[in-house]
Amino acid sequence: MKVAVTAERPDWDAPVDPRFGRAMSFLIVDTEARTLEAIDNSSGRDAAQGAGIQAATTISRSGAKALLTGHCGPKAFSALSAAGITIYTGVTGTVAEAIDRLNRGDLATASTSDVDGHWA
Amino acid sequence: MIVAIASGKGGTGKTTVATSLALAAGCQVRLLDCDVEEPNCHLFLDAPPGEEEIVCLPVPVVDPDRCTACGVCGEVCQFNAIAALPDCALVFPTLCHGCGACTRLCPEDAIHESRRPLGTVSTARVGTVELITGRLTIGEALSPPVVRAVRGRGDGSGTVIVDAPPGTGCPVMASLHGVDVAILVTEPTPFGLHDLTLAVQAVRQLDIPFGVVINRAGCGDDRVQEYCRTEHIPILLEIPQERRIAEAYARGRPLIEAFPEWREPFVELLTNVAKLARTGARPPFARTATGGAQ
Repeated sequence: MKVAVTAERPDWDAPVDPRFGRAMSFLIVDTEARTLEAIDNSSGRDAAQGAGIQAATTISRSGAKALLTGHCGPKAFSALSAAGITIYTGVTGTVAEAIDRLNRGDLATASTSDVDGHWA
Repeated sequence: MIVAIASGKGGTGKTTVATSLALAAGCQVRLLDCDVEEPNCHLFLDAPPGEEEIVCLPVPVVDPDRCTACGVCGEVCQFNAIAALPDCALVFPTLCHGCGACTRLCPEDAIHESRRPLGTVSTARVGTVELITGRLTIGEALSPPVVRAVRGRGDGSGTVIVDAPPGTGCPVMASLHGVDVAILVTEPTPFGLHDLTLAVQAVRQLDIPFGVVINRAGCGDDRVQEYCRTEHIPILLEIPQERRIAEAYARGRPLIEAFPEWREPFVELLTNVAKLARTGARPPFARTATGGAQ
């Protein structure tokens, strides 16, 4: 399965970026093949508004079926939900650790946004 | 002639200048309160609540039966107001600026526009002044469409005075669009000077002739005067820092009604800005109520 992780750098040992829409980059991880594809998010970081919506569009078009991140606001949450993406918030540690925890079933899915818009 | 009263810094005296200028005109004028987030000219003119018209923004509605999820609407939206997802397009109306690109460029003709109310424009008549007030609905963030609706009432003939919002952002640009001349109101403080320089850059980019009014003169230092001299910006009027002026303001009384000796300087201010509007040239002298030419 393809999973998107927000990351501060495009590598396995990078910390999970707590921001979704304005994350440094999105890593699209193939959990079976253990491969990683990085999508730079400079356009989202610099967006005047709607960074979360733009990020949700990017993630949904990457083919990812789940998202691991720190926090997710209401507009991003509704866009991701409409795209059928499973959302995990409150994820910390490195990208590799986050994927391991997902594989072990240690992460709980989010049923609602966990922050207001314009967080951080 | 359309005169805009603007400033970088807030609270420098735009409304004081705008209302007294409107009352000094001595003929029919239109006063446009474009500070739609907190309009206050009506408080000084004691204007009755006028007839209100609702200002709406056209926002897209996607027909899911026609949408093929091609993604064009999301690509053309400069405001991230549409999430073009793999199976559908999701609209976020509060982010939409109403540009209409998605509606026009949708290849499936799957988007039509609905109208989202943003605020109101009302008109009231007080003596020789026709006051047009814009009001952004509380909780809304997008003020330029309401500002444009107010400005739209100020075209054509006669004297129009535009009370602009503070700052140099989009609502200010919407207020200044198409005016003939601008008065930048500032105060002689470091903040006043800093924000004046931003306002000067804005009006210069818009190529609008302008001059400066210094309010609360004497409360700070003379760096604003020095700056205006260096930049060849005319100082059109100085209103001194006086407790009695502040008291009249706090009671909602227009300056020239509370202190009739200020009528003449405002009549002259209007004459001088009319000259600026015609020629773009610099009037030679600043005046005060008592001092005459300096």
